[in-house]
Amino acid sequence: MTDRAVLRREFPVKGGDFAKAGVVACRIKDLLKELGLDVGTVRRAAIASYEAEMNIIMYAREGLVKLAVSPRRVRIMVDDKGPGIPDVDLAMTEGYSTATPEMRELGFGAGMGLPNIKKNADRFRIESGVGRGTHLEIIINANGHQP
Amino acid sequence: MITLKDILTRVDGELLTPGSPLDIPCSKIFASDLMSDVLTSAEPGSLLLTGLANPHVVCTCALADLAAVVFVQGKRPDAAVIEQARSRSLPLVATRLPMFEACSRLAALFGRRSDDR
Repeated sequence: MTDRAVLRREFPVKGGDFAKAGVVACRIKDLLKELGLDVGTVRRAAIASYEAEMNIIMYAREGLVKLAVSPRRVRIMVDDKGPGIPDVDLAMTEGYSTATPEMRELGFGAGMGLPNIKKNADRFRIESGVGRGTHLEIIINANGHQP
Repeated sequence: MITLKDILTRVDGELLTPGSPLDIPCSKIFASDLMSDVLTSAEPGSLLLTGLANPHVVCTCALADLAAVVFVQGKRPDAAVIEQARSRSLPLVATRLPMFEACSRLAALFGRRSDDR
């Protein structure tokens, strides 16, 4: 069975643009539904991409979300031009957050974003450093585990 | 089976998205103002009770496959948010009840139904 991408899309995300939050994740969800992926896979991809999109909006100047879908998996790559994360292990700790009060008033910034992306992924990779921005690779297998 | 119609009656709610089907099942309840918690812990098909009425609530619930939203304490999202919910087929309900009272009434409803079984 071939595993070549049947769909590729790129979505730019602007930092600080809270009014557009969720637009990319909703688009990704709609595309995956149109492709006929199972509801569990679509849900996990939607949640992971929303968390990643919110992180760009909350912390970075801008970023790019790249989607590649093959028959067996959904791959979401995220690159942001942001401050970078000084301590990735700490950032992956549930509850650890550097969110501002404004972000928390919107219902976000509880320090669950990155751990929740990992929870919804079958494979998750993060690279980050101060001044270098943050790169995420999120792989979600079709009909994979349910968190 | 508890439906959105049962919920609407029990919380003296107003349906903000007229035309939404009232016979959809609402078998689980999740109450929170923290969308991070909804994304992390709410099960698909849950009904969300919240005091937060911004566009992120609708977006979060639509992405996480929640069944419907009940805004408590007289909170009402603006027209743009309601339209957004309609476009994503997410029913919205408003109630004047505070969060605790709304949760208590629904807990009683769910308790009674499970006693009936």
